[in-house]
Amino acid sequence: MKAFGYQLPAMSSLLIWGLLWEIVGQLEMTFFLPALSEIFTTLTEIITTKPFIKALKETGQAFFLGTFYAITIGIPVGILMGKNRLIDELLLPWVNVFLSAPLTALVPVLMVLFGFGLKSIVITTTLFAIWIIILNARAGVKQINPALVEMAQSFGATPMDAFVKIYFWAALPEILSGVRIGFIRAVKGVIIGQLLISIVGFGALFELYSSQFLMSHFWAVLLVLFAMAFTISEFLALLERKVGYYASKR
Amino acid sequence: MNAISTSTNAVEVRNVFKNYGEVEALQDLSLEFPLGQLTSLLGPSGCGKTTLLKIIAGLLPADSGEILVGGETVTGPGPDRAFVFQDFALLPWASVIRNVAFGLELRNVAKSEREAIAEKYIADVGLSGFEQKFPHQLSGGMRQRVGLARALSVDAQVLLMDEPFSAVDEQTRRKFQEDLLDLVKHENKTFLFVTHSIEEAVYVSDQIALLLPRPSRVSEIIRPGGFRDKDINSIRRDSEYLDIVDKIWDSLRTYVE
Amino acid sequence: MRHRALSLKILSSVLIFGAWEVAGRAGVSFAFPTFLESMAALWSLTIEGTIFTAYAETLKPLIVGVLISAFLGIGLGIWIGLSSKFDWLVSPIFIVMQSAPLAALIPLLIMVYGIGLTSKVFVVCIMAMPVIVLNTSGAVRNTSVSIIEMGQSFLGSRRDIIFKIIMPSASPIIFVGLRLGISAGFIGAILSELKITPTGVGDIISYSRSIADYPSMYAAIFSIILLAVLFLNVLERIEVMVFKGINKGLVSD
Repeated sequence: MKAFGYQLPAMSSLLIWGLLWEIVGQLEMTFFLPALSEIFTTLTEIITTKPFIKALKETGQAFFLGTFYAITIGIPVGILMGKNRLIDELLLPWVNVFLSAPLTALVPVLMVLFGFGLKSIVITTTLFAIWIIILNARAGVKQINPALVEMAQSFGATPMDAFVKIYFWAALPEILSGVRIGFIRAVKGVIIGQLLISIVGFGALFELYSSQFLMSHFWAVLLVLFAMAFTISEFLALLERKVGYYASKR
Repeated sequence: MNAISTSTNAVEVRNVFKNYGEVEALQDLSLEFPLGQLTSLLGPSGCGKTTLLKIIAGLLPADSGEILVGGETVTGPGPDRAFVFQDFALLPWASVIRNVAFGLELRNVAKSEREAIAEKYIADVGLSGFEQKFPHQLSGGMRQRVGLARALSVDAQVLLMDEPFSAVDEQTRRKFQEDLLDLVKHENKTFLFVTHSIEEAVYVSDQIALLLPRPSRVSEIIRPGGFRDKDINSIRRDSEYLDIVDKIWDSLRTYVE
Repeated sequence: MRHRALSLKILSSVLIFGAWEVAGRAGVSFAFPTFLESMAALWSLTIEGTIFTAYAETLKPLIVGVLISAFLGIGLGIWIGLSSKFDWLVSPIFIVMQSAPLAALIPLLIMVYGIGLTSKVFVVCIMAMPVIVLNTSGAVRNTSVSIIEMGQSFLGSRRDIIFKIIMPSASPIIFVGLRLGISAGFIGAILSELKITPTGVGDIISYSRSIADYPSMYAAIFSIILLAVLFLNVLERIEVMVFKGINKGLVSD
């Protein structure tokens, strides 16, 4: 889209929406939408306070642990499924089930089994992320060009060499793609977990602010969360592009 | 002059310029396409032949210059020209007969009427019996014939063909060239034909316009004489044919990347 | 071959459910009933009809939300796909919404719209719309230039080109978007039941948890997952059946 002859950058309309938000807020059109500038000031105030830092720590912890487990369990399982037909046939239906199932429904079970704390949230996060990671790792392995496999064999590569030098890289773009989507799901998982369990992390903060109708605070935290989620996903997309330049069009 | 045309040209290109940003695709290009004949635009990649064809078709605007079809200036697509696409451009969700009748459908011709016309041309291109099939059930060659039937159905005076045979295999291609010549004999139309195959151009054309790139210009017009009536299997050894092919190759070789 | 696939599926189900049964008996936790106990609870819920009334409640915001999201989402998506100005203005919102944890907005919605049907419908909508909009706009925008040019070369009107060429071409991906949207909507529906007001199936879950009737709780959850998976599978099959030739038959090989 061009204005005055200059090509406007992709997400720049967000500036206009931000401006609109500011105006709506300044005019105090609704109690629930304070001015953007006010939200930013509140943001700078609370970002250093203890409750916020605690929430950030707890959420961050849950997120990183959850994704860590999802990756360290998911990728090997996916690779295994990609290589071994029997395991694949046994597990794939279940992976697909959990991929499309509303995992939110499982959170009450986790709460009941693992209590109201960090553990449940970590498991929720892992569960949200792991299925797509498994699926993509499996796909990455399956789509390795058979010609590459034959090439490795014909040049007498050891299994270790073949894996490290060829298969790993051939499957990597697909795996990374899965990790990226997994991370986005993990963010959702962490939030949903906290919303339902609500005594830790940002979930607790949301409860606190909404019950006291501290709108600026509420939005400030929300925006931080959205910004973090967006940054993570963009960072991963960048990584994926850097590595995936050699990935052929799927 | 836009008055009643006394020229024998179906299409005239006059001083056409076309830029893509910095790149000059066509520079002051002028060319004439005689009525009722098959003219090839031949040249290496990047010489602007498809661009020129699309400008004549009205799918791309020229930056300056004019295009006259039947003596009238044109600025957009019209019922006097029909286009055959290199990648077939068929509707994957429509049957063969609907695809062939699509040009007529867009002109709001009644269904029974347009299907009757379509059936005739489906038979003409040798696809009788395939009316209810879908593109994904056809081979590349058959899909191209659907595209051709579609272009014929709208009964335009000028038929524009953009490398129509490049997406099919060699054997099918030779058959198509023969079929094309059949068509030229029986249909009273002007054919504009883009190709990068020298042999093909020399075999089928009444006139070849040799286009060179950067900047695009017509370097010469060649009128190969009467190869069509000769047997396709032996012309490839005909010395006159081979001479012309070699001559053209010499002109082009320095421009091939 | 088909027998093998089917019998392996059955085998894996037996394995998983068997593991569930064993874990339950081994007393992993007092809150972990066995597979059979849960199935028994499911059976009684079905017999009593409780589960049907519950689903009627739960499906209300889901269906309403999905319908709204579908109409609005596809409409917006088409507009975005066709107009680059509108695209520039509106897509960033949906792009942000897609990667953002929208569930975080639920407390806000509760504040604004209370705890009734409206907020639940809203929850379903915000979960479902982004993916529907983005899929639709992407499909429309990426319509093959070749067939659009073909339509223009045969003098198709703008309207004809949109309805006879762009829309059919985009339908497979729009359908995928719908499927993903419904999937996300499901999550929204359940979330809103667990968080906003317990009604329907969410109520069964919360209530049975509070009275420590774990088999019923697990039964309800099992039924949700089963239903969601079955439904989405049916959608996928329909998708394959309807669009079978289209993706394969795209223009040149």
